[in-house]
Amino acid sequence: MIEIEHVSKRFGRQLVVADLSLTVPQGAFCVLLGQSGCGKSTTLRMINRLVPFDEGRIRVAGEDVAQVPAEVLRRRIGYAIQSIGLFPHWSVEDNIATVPRLLKWPTPRIRDRVEELLELFRLAPEAYRRKYPHQLSGGEQQRVGVARALAADPEVLLMDEPFAAVDPITRAALQDEMARIHAATGKTILFVTHDIEEALRLATLIAIMDRGRIVQSGTPLDIVERPAGDFVVDFLGREGIGLKLLSVRRVADRMRAGEPAEGAAVAITAPLRDALAAMTARRTDHLPVCDAEGRIVGAVHLRDLVR
Amino acid sequence: MTAVRVHNRVLLALVAVATAAVLLTGFVALAPNRLVSGKPVPLWQDVGWAMTGGIAVIGIVLLGSSLTRPRRQIHLLVTAAAAGLIVLLLAALGRAAATLAAGAPPLARIAADAGFWIPLGCAALAIVDAQQRLGSAAAMRLAIVAALAAALVGLAAGGTFQALSLAREYQGHRAAFAAAVLRHILLVAGAVGPAVLIGAPLGIAALRRPRLRGPVFAVLNLLQTIPSIALFGLLIVPLAALAGAVPALGRAGVGGIGVAPALIALVLYALLPVVRSTVAGLGGVDPAVLDAARGMGMSRRQRFWRVELPLAAPVLLAGFRVVTVQAIGLAVVAALIGAGGLGTFVFEGLGQYAVDLVLLGALPTIALALAAEFGLQTATAAVAGRFGR
Repeated sequence: MIEIEHVSKRFGRQLVVADLSLTVPQGAFCVLLGQSGCGKSTTLRMINRLVPFDEGRIRVAGEDVAQVPAEVLRRRIGYAIQSIGLFPHWSVEDNIATVPRLLKWPTPRIRDRVEELLELFRLAPEAYRRKYPHQLSGGEQQRVGVARALAADPEVLLMDEPFAAVDPITRAALQDEMARIHAATGKTILFVTHDIEEALRLATLIAIMDRGRIVQSGTPLDIVERPAGDFVVDFLGREGIGLKLLSVRRVADRMRAGEPAEGAAVAITAPLRDALAAMTARRTDHLPVCDAEGRIVGAVHLRDLVR
Repeated sequence: MTAVRVHNRVLLALVAVATAAVLLTGFVALAPNRLVSGKPVPLWQDVGWAMTGGIAVIGIVLLGSSLTRPRRQIHLLVTAAAAGLIVLLLAALGRAAATLAAGAPPLARIAADAGFWIPLGCAALAIVDAQQRLGSAAAMRLAIVAALAAALVGLAAGGTFQALSLAREYQGHRAAFAAAVLRHILLVAGAVGPAVLIGAPLGIAALRRPRLRGPVFAVLNLLQTIPSIALFGLLIVPLAALAGAVPALGRAGVGGIGVAPALIALVLYALLPVVRSTVAGLGGVDPAVLDAARGMGMSRRQRFWRVELPLAAPVLLAGFRVVTVQAIGLAVVAALIGAGGLGTFVFEGLGQYAVDLVLLGALPTIALALAAEFGLQTATAAVAGRFGR
């Protein structure tokens, strides 16, 4: 759990974070969304005290961050960044082991943990642990970067636009991976991005920032259905809001259960947007729906999407 | 018949230059005494047909190699042939000197001439070129250099070069020579050591406080522009005054001339490259890596020792190499103010117009510089290789 209470930060005369309060509940995936320069990265970096703040209070797992020595605090908080920052002179194993070594874990425990994390990220331990960062693809490097952030089993995970520098296909794969890992580990995550699609895809809680303030926070559905003011509407892309709605609603919400249909099925957990895309591509107005085991459980119709 | 095609122009040019040097210039020079310049004597006159023939055969092998499609085996053949040529040239030099000395008056001076030096240089370049084409590992290069050095030492120990005037100069300065080499090395170590101890913290300070950087580099650049002899001269007055004012310092060896001013000047010259490579090396570490290190909870000291220093090491070592080689050269000039070292022979030789005595100082200086360059280059490659960069 992360509690930010009335925090302000100035760089010189400029107020970059203005009386900001935000609570990220235990186990939430909170996305801090905003344009570049809105203060979202600064907010993130104040939590692990990479940036000192002028006023207010921040608590992580109930403890005031100002009361904990900065290095001790940072070893308890996972941290992953856009440029990854893997240590080029260390192997994948050494990189992931960074914080456990700082915490002086016994060697066998570190080895087991590295193996566990490599498996979690679907990187075969024997093939990857001895590799060096320059031998990895961009997507693999970012997986190792996130694995390193999770190594010491931190209370919270801070991620600063971690997938902004990879190509769209790799980014989508990494986002799926991240959603899976969040579900598997139940970590409290604070994730900074300027990409609204990424936010809608990953977040359980979105906080939209503008000029150092939070202009709206809520679930993805809340934000898209009831945008608070022109800024959020603009940010969502006005005419594009309809599509965003389809992104946050699931096929399950609009399915006609038990109705038969022909053709390739769409997953019940998929966003309605996928169903619309499939209908458009196949020139049809309805699709069968299948569950996780691939059984047809119903159908979804075009007119249901606009209901 | 197919047309002849040149596959290795570098090697062909080297063979051509070396052949021209052997045919057109003297292999050794014979002078009736120390003060008169020598007359060139061609290779084939005094070394016997076997050695001349051997050198010619190697020349033909190398010529043939330059016309052959390049393969691994060809590069290895060129390396072996050129190394053989170097050893053969050295042996021939000894033989020529011995033969000539037998029929010459005792004061006669016999020295290597262009017909020896140019083919020797060409053979060395042929080895370098072949190794580069092979992309050979540091261990292989080290083995080649060690083998050639061993051959040289073996020939010298066997008395091959006895009749050469350079060897006679060595015999005449035998006791002083070992001391001079040792003094030279101590001067270099005494300059590079303090320069690193002062320069590295200065570089780190300049890096952390950008405001400091301008003035630091301004002063160091200014120092670098002062000619070395002038700097040695400039130090005489203040140090003599200091020794006069504090007699204890004078007794400890500090004075206007001698080792103290030489070391001070050498340290001052070494500072700029040390500071510059410190700033370049540590400043070149990816900021994202440092941000990650800080975000992981590394302390300032951990970041320095575990991340910044290892990542900057290749650049720092390269700077150290430049500084060491530069100091080896500059320490020659230090002999001018009585600091000793190999420069003693150089200036003594210049004063007496005795070229061989100059060479007795200059050749070991070059050998020291090459050894330092090669050794540190190997170390740098080993460190850089670990990061795959």
